[in-house]
Amino acid sequence: MANAGGPNAAGEDGAKSAPSPATRSALKPGRRKRQRWFSLVAELTPLAFATVAASVFLALFVLWSLATGLGLVGPLFLPSPARVAARLWLFAVNGQLWQDAQISLYRISIGFLAASILGIPGGVLIGSYRVLDAAIEPLVDFIRYMPVVAFVPLTILWTGTGDLQKLLIIWIGTFFQQILMVKDNVKRVPAEFIDVGRTLQMPEWKILLRIVIPSAAPGIWDTLRITLGWAWTWLVLAELVAATSGLGYRITVAQRFFQTDTIIGYILVLGCLGLVTDQAMKALERRLFVYLRGRR
Amino acid sequence: MTAPKLDVRGLSKSFTDRQRSFKALEGIELSLADNEFLALVGTSGCGKSTLLAIVAGLQDFQEGEVLVDGEPIEGPGRDRGVVFQSYTLMPWLTAQRNVEFALEAAGLGRKERREVAREHLALVGLERFAESYPNQLSGGMKQRVAIARALSYRPKMLLMDEPFGALDAMTRHQMQELLTGIWEQHRMTVLFVTHDVDEAIYLADRIAVMTRAPGRIKQVFPVGLPRPRVPEVAETEAFIQLRREVLESIRDELVGV
Repeated sequence: MANAGGPNAAGEDGAKSAPSPATRSALKPGRRKRQRWFSLVAELTPLAFATVAASVFLALFVLWSLATGLGLVGPLFLPSPARVAARLWLFAVNGQLWQDAQISLYRISIGFLAASILGIPGGVLIGSYRVLDAAIEPLVDFIRYMPVVAFVPLTILWTGTGDLQKLLIIWIGTFFQQILMVKDNVKRVPAEFIDVGRTLQMPEWKILLRIVIPSAAPGIWDTLRITLGWAWTWLVLAELVAATSGLGYRITVAQRFFQTDTIIGYILVLGCLGLVTDQAMKALERRLFVYLRGRR
Repeated sequence: MTAPKLDVRGLSKSFTDRQRSFKALEGIELSLADNEFLALVGTSGCGKSTLLAIVAGLQDFQEGEVLVDGEPIEGPGRDRGVVFQSYTLMPWLTAQRNVEFALEAAGLGRKERREVAREHLALVGLERFAESYPNQLSGGMKQRVAIARALSYRPKMLLMDEPFGALDAMTRHQMQELLTGIWEQHRMTVLFVTHDVDEAIYLADRIAVMTRAPGRIKQVFPVGLPRPRVPEVAETEAFIQLRREVLESIRDELVGV
């Protein structure tokens, strides 16, 4: 070929991507930059971030200790951290805590799974086909605004006070949100991606399976993570009313006996469980969608 | 002259949006000979991208005909490879897999797919990046993979909708050289939409200028510049003269806008 910049002159923009983030930062002068705390979108080092976050937790804990230690609040309203810890320890040792957590984890898993199994395909379909959207979206939108709390008496009437009722509450609270959020995830698939499938003469179902779903997958995963967080709320709600087991049930019982330490202990446990599942979902996300990393 | 590869006759297209109707294209007459490179230029909103989308089979139209090898088109097809302006690589697939994705749709076997994909990545100078994900590639590299993908299944023609429009000036020049190089070696029918007149002259055999909406083919300029085209051609008298004429033709359309 006569011209200089032939197809094999790959140097050009190939060179641009060659330095990895590591070498790029190595190019920076060794001088340490001062941490700027209040500047729009300024970055925080991981250490600085962790320090700030830990300080807030510590401050709250100190405040709590002081308030109870100095007798500013009665132990009936707010027991000391030590008493809460002692109560939790007691329940951990006699197995009560594990039993309660186990049944709650079982309920949230099944309820959430049942919602997702229908919510994901449902959302994909109404996001892809206008007809199904017209048939389902207005209805779901309507139901979505009905307060889940108000379904509690109704579900008890329908299914009794067993596990099924608890699962139903979790399902109602999760499914109707999920289906619309997944629809949104699917809507955000670039139209040109579908055009690519069309120009390749792929059949519609194949475009759906091979282009639309993988393209929406990171968004759908995010939807799952967010709705799982909400599902914890519906779980506890279901267990607070007409239940005979679970973390929520233990809280109602504790209230009857003015065991504020149990209530607070269990609320903290619920918070931890939520945090752990959320972090697990995030870790899995990084695993599943490795390809999203890289230069931005 | 033999029968045209692509023949657009009396094509009209209007968009209807609620009550209003907007005429985008009116009576388009355009034909491309076999192995001809035609650039379609015009002001923004003149309907050049719409015309390309219609030829690609991605949009419908009200009147007229679009013929490929004398046969009217029925929707999109693998006989027409398309390169879009936006990046359309599937982010969850490596460069290699992105090309293979198209080849799979074209019905090639596993082993053949791998080979053909590798060949075409080499053609655009990206064999070293076969295992990179689109997120790890620069804009220019992504478009090179997109070109490799569109060429890989051997369409009868290539339809390119401002493929370098989103790239910086330097990368754009490199891409133009790359594309001319490939085209001069392999020859194929190309319909290339752009608003960059220099790009059009550098790449094309003929340049069709469109009027502002409703778009019509206003004027067609033959580009008599010798091949192989080298970047220095842009400094020749003939190039400058042609650019002046094409720009003038487009500028008339801007009056009154």
